[in-house]
Amino acid sequence: METAVEHTMTPKPDKPEPTMWERFRKVFKGHPMAIAGLIGVTLFILTAVFAPFIAPQNPYDLAKLDILDGLLPPGSRLYDGTYSAMGTDALGRDILSGVMYGLRISLFVAFTAVLVGSTIGVLLGLLAALRGGWVETIIMRAVDLKISFPGILLALMLLAIFGTGVDKVIYALIIGAWASKARLVRAVALSEMKKEYIDAARLAGLSDFRIMTRFLLPNSISPVLVVLPMSISGAIGAEATLSFLGVGVPITEPSLGLLIANGNDYLLSGKWWISIFPGAVLVAMVLCINVVSDRLRDHANPYLRAKD
Amino acid sequence: MLSFVLRRLGQSGVLVLIMSILVFVGMYVVSDPVAVLASDDFTEEDRIALASELGVDRPLMVQYFSFLSNMVRGDFGTSFVYNKPVLPLIVERLPATLEVAFLAIGIGLCVGVPLGIYSGLNRKRKSTKTISFLTTVGYSIPNFWQALLLILVFAVWLKVLPASGRGDTTMLFGIELSFFNVDGLRHMLLPAINLAIYKICMQTRLARSGTQEVMFQDYMTFARAKGIPRPRLIRRHLLRNIMIPIVTITGLELGGLIAFSTVTETVFSWPGIGKLLLDSIHHADRPVVVAYLILIVMMFVVINFVVDVLYALLDPRIRYT
Repeated sequence: METAVEHTMTPKPDKPEPTMWERFRKVFKGHPMAIAGLIGVTLFILTAVFAPFIAPQNPYDLAKLDILDGLLPPGSRLYDGTYSAMGTDALGRDILSGVMYGLRISLFVAFTAVLVGSTIGVLLGLLAALRGGWVETIIMRAVDLKISFPGILLALMLLAIFGTGVDKVIYALIIGAWASKARLVRAVALSEMKKEYIDAARLAGLSDFRIMTRFLLPNSISPVLVVLPMSISGAIGAEATLSFLGVGVPITEPSLGLLIANGNDYLLSGKWWISIFPGAVLVAMVLCINVVSDRLRDHANPYLRAKD
Repeated sequence: MLSFVLRRLGQSGVLVLIMSILVFVGMYVVSDPVAVLASDDFTEEDRIALASELGVDRPLMVQYFSFLSNMVRGDFGTSFVYNKPVLPLIVERLPATLEVAFLAIGIGLCVGVPLGIYSGLNRKRKSTKTISFLTTVGYSIPNFWQALLLILVFAVWLKVLPASGRGDTTMLFGIELSFFNVDGLRHMLLPAINLAIYKICMQTRLARSGTQEVMFQDYMTFARAKGIPRPRLIRRHLLRNIMIPIVTITGLELGGLIAFSTVTETVFSWPGIGKLLLDSIHHADRPVVVAYLILIVMMFVVINFVVDVLYALLDPRIRYT
């Protein structure tokens, strides 16, 4: 009897908890596409962070621009003797530099919106599961309302009401991001609520807030982490779409979507590089994130994992 | 069943009311219509006169109820830009939008379902992996950039299809349609393909997972054991079973398709309701934006209501009390 108690109480010494790195390797090992995606995402983020140091030109510095360099095709020699890999736009701005700076804004908007939106969603979902009753009804009704409406239309509506700007786009995307996470987290938290450790915490007299943040949150968060990359790539696409339509970021802070819109007028005259290069970078980035996201989702799916 | 329908109808009514309050607050309270309409040389008296002419000097509740009662009577006001009643303005552009949407759904089904069945039946083949990767690519390309690529390739480089506008139309029952007209169809093709690419990816995935599930069912094994030839097996037994979820989801996504048509119509200058919405946002043409939003909300409520009731009718396992 005593040995049995000892057996359940002490963890097996020969099998330590896998470290973060080991778990990480297990997810990606043997999936070259996913690894390529991961490398791609890292490169894009690094480019965005270090854009001011590696970009050939500062597209915001009007003194550096030369109107004689306007609308040059890719590979042209600029007035100051340097070469432009992706060509220039009508004002003589180097497209490659514009893309590097545009990445900063696109990624900043998407990451901020998804992180804030998901945090709100997770907290609301946990609250719904923990409290039940009318709190849950109101939260889940609001989730249904939000999810039955296409995101892009909701964002257009909000931007039509509140006007445009980087902050407004972030708000609109936050409102787009919270609902699905609330639903996801509530479903997991409801099943966690039935487990004994929650009863134990209740009996120990811990406050709802403490139970929510210390017990429920760590045990219900993983499905949200799995869908997070998909959310971010969706937000990048949504921001680009809104900016392209002229209701997103202002021209003083051009994201990739706005750069594509700038080139739109020149497309019919065959000056394709102004729109196509920023778009290609946008697609490559979204694709990299989606490939990683697909891998995470497959790994989290127990049915598929059994076949691995 | 009747009580379920009535209760569900009541919920839909409440939903429309909530949305009308949100739109009203957003459009008439958060942004001040007097500030939008008044020109710079307006004196304080002019502003007050304009406010009373617009009715915005009345208490909020009174304003809301007159907004609501006008709306119920189908009076959404007059467009500032076109100087015409809003409702006919939207209704006369609806056929153009629906036409492209239905063509896109048609293309999506005709391409996506066969690709999905093929992938589901040949899971290990190299071509299946390629199809699967292509659907990920299709999902990753933003709608508007696809549109630009289509214009660049087919209109600028190959010069085979027109890049914008609606082209010639044929009158049918008093509605202008592009569908029965060669020039109209040529104009419609690029916008429809643009909307269809996302549909193709979705339907390929749906058909693939459906096929994988259905093929392992006992009735499929039985049908094969009976010696039914493969083409007939696929047409009669597989296709019919996987089409149920595909048709349901396609119907549910109709609203999303019309929402996305704002992007497509703007890029291709297609004169539908999506382009009207965006132009109206840019011109601060408030009555049109309000009417569009209210109508879209009502459309969503109706679609969701019909789907819920159909589910209750079709699936005896769902018990609504």
